[in-house]
Amino acid sequence: MKTLLATTLAGICAAGVAAADLVIPDLSYRTGPYAAGGIPFSDGYQDYFALLNARDGGIGGVPIRLIECETGYNTEKGVECYEATKGEGALVYQPLSTGITYQLIPKVTADGIPLHTMGYGRTSAANGKVFSNVFNYPANYWDAASVAVNYLMDKNGGSLEGKKVALLYHNSAYGKEPIRTLEELSEKHGYELTTLAVDHPGQEQKSQWLQIRRERPDYVVMWGWGVMNQVALQEAANIRFPMENFIGNWWAGAEHDVTPAGDAANGYKALNMNRVVSDLPVFAEIQEHVHDAGNAAGDGSNLGSVLYTRGMYAAFLAAEAIKTAQGIHGVAEITPAMMRDGMEALSITADVMNAAGVPQIGPEFSVSCEAHGGAGQALVQQWNASAGAWEPLTDFLDSDQAVIQPLVMADSEAFAAENNIAARCDD
Amino acid sequence: MLYREAGDFKTSYSDDSQTFPIAFDRYRYYAVIAVAVLIIPFVVNDYWANAVLVPFLIWGIAAIGLNILTGYCGQVSLGTGGFMAVGAYACYKLMTGFPEVSILIHIVLAGGITAMVGVLFGLPSLRIKGFYLAVATLAAQFFLVWLFNKVSWFYNYSASGQISAPERTVFGIAVTGPNTEAWAKYMVCLVFLVALAWIARNLTRGSLGRSWMAIRDMDIAAEIIGVNPLRAKLTAFAVSSFFVGIAGALFFAVYLGAVEVTEAFGIQKSFLALFMIIIGGLGSIFGSLAGAAFMVLLPVLLKNVLVGGMGWDTSLATHFEFLIVGGLIVFFLIVEPHGLARLWELAKEKLRLWPFPH
Repeated sequence: MKTLLATTLAGICAAGVAAADLVIPDLSYRTGPYAAGGIPFSDGYQDYFALLNARDGGIGGVPIRLIECETGYNTEKGVECYEATKGEGALVYQPLSTGITYQLIPKVTADGIPLHTMGYGRTSAANGKVFSNVFNYPANYWDAASVAVNYLMDKNGGSLEGKKVALLYHNSAYGKEPIRTLEELSEKHGYELTTLAVDHPGQEQKSQWLQIRRERPDYVVMWGWGVMNQVALQEAANIRFPMENFIGNWWAGAEHDVTPAGDAANGYKALNMNRVVSDLPVFAEIQEHVHDAGNAAGDGSNLGSVLYTRGMYAAFLAAEAIKTAQGIHGVAEITPAMMRDGMEALSITADVMNAAGVPQIGPEFSVSCEAHGGAGQALVQQWNASAGAWEPLTDFLDSDQAVIQPLVMADSEAFAAENNIAARCDD
Repeated sequence: MLYREAGDFKTSYSDDSQTFPIAFDRYRYYAVIAVAVLIIPFVVNDYWANAVLVPFLIWGIAAIGLNILTGYCGQVSLGTGGFMAVGAYACYKLMTGFPEVSILIHIVLAGGITAMVGVLFGLPSLRIKGFYLAVATLAAQFFLVWLFNKVSWFYNYSASGQISAPERTVFGIAVTGPNTEAWAKYMVCLVFLVALAWIARNLTRGSLGRSWMAIRDMDIAAEIIGVNPLRAKLTAFAVSSFFVGIAGALFFAVYLGAVEVTEAFGIQKSFLALFMIIIGGLGSIFGSLAGAAFMVLLPVLLKNVLVGGMGWDTSLATHFEFLIVGGLIVFFLIVEPHGLARLWELAKEKLRLWPFPH
């Protein structure tokens, strides 16, 4: 107890003196059943900030101090990490876990710290009128569901009438998110939706795939994460389900998901919210300034992979928001409240992406007080097993906002009513 | 020298049968309560409350609950996580259904509902024992978690299946929701723990507790001398589930604020509670608290020492955490199979003779 007291006190004291940094906590998970996805994301996130520190001396002349905290994808550890880091002046939290996000949404709002849940978390947080401190640009789960359906419509000449679509989902808040949208869309487009839940951590999927084999859906859409993806690919191969009719969301489309199934995974499709380009200029700079200097996060082997790129993209968006906040408030050492303003005024254009060495990595979008959700676009990519690479099949596709927007409004307004939140942005 | 009965004369039966017959023990107990009530609330910060003290207090309640069933009555249960989930979801439904009623009443009612569910799942214990009962309670664990995930009524039809606690106040002070002060969270859990530990202590040394222990030690002999096994076993299940239900309600409403049943109340929580009482000591209130402290505080302590103090890589530190906690569990069980409570007893025995041991 005494040691604990001493270390914690030391931590608090250290936080008191070291205020001259931009503090970015990284709630990562490098252990547990979801580590395969957590490690590359965290590596990318950390390496980009390390690059800014090494090359530019931080952002606006202020160095970035990154604090890593291991959550193991576990909500209690996530809370512990949040409490341990928030006192250090943390600018933005990105927990990469829908469960932890739900924990943090009320807490960050009370503490005035922004939360960026990029393509995960609570979808209706896209409504900035209700969720002042939560941002989920560039796209959310309901966009993903809608893009997947739009893509399938395109493949079928504009109609899914009479088709059968099965949703294979992680039986958690994360996996349940798209159900409502897919149900709405099934009414609109006339396909038949079957939902199949897979329990945490997802190693046991025999009965679900047996059902797929029996019911023979035309398409299987998957909301998976961690080991669940690998097992699903293997099971799909076992029942000889045609891979080109099997579409994962953007958390079910990384290299480590498909490689265990070998050649059988060839043709599997997945959504992506960012382009995966192996020769981005920024990768060369990270290699030069970070990896060659011996400061790579993790073992440095993930440079350029799908989730590494996404983690780096998340860091890029955070860094741009910091720049925006510095511009708005005219100070370099920003506070979490200023960071929130920066995120709300964020505008990502082609020029911004080019300047940062990440041309065309994501869609162009801008954030406003009302809309925290970004462009809501995603592309479809396909795994080429012989080349060992994801190949984009489409450009960024639009989601069906006519369906999603009312759902976002309904869900966020229910949350506002439950928690007595007055709508913002009306002045 | 200080720690002995000699000179501490009792002049009434109630004095003689009090919980802490040794004066020094009694004063130490009062001192602990005084520190917990009069000092900690004024110095506690968010980190200490949310990462250390509140989880310890809540797990203390759960461990006492499980200890009543397993340690005192000898009925092995692997359903603790499921029963905590009952407490949490009962509390959620009550909070959202009757927002005008005090949260404290809801928490106690959630315990009551859990007690009823516990009795229901305790019925098989009248026919099966030991490992077989453990498997039956394991079924309760899986069934309850499945139920709360499957039936959307339990989570008010929310899209994600998450339940989140709205703000509720006690005497005008928020105790649930994001605006809760650290000390308020702590005090609510402390009051429940102290009250429940007091109830547990007095139940276990009364006739009910004696009938539980008789069943635990030899059920046939207990039945012959007139202990009703139906009554003893079912009351143990009811009281135990009541405690566990309150722990679940606090775990959801006060500690986490938002939970997802599979993640928060999965099978690993049942094992965690069982480890707590095995390491702490079966059949001991102090052991329950010591076990809860061991299992909750040690990982946080190790994390702070390894990452914060020694600057280790977070993933390496996490792996070492498992290694060290696991190693210590094995070590303690080899040194003292009866748990930390027995070590504490031995220390007190030694202290009685000190400084002149034979």
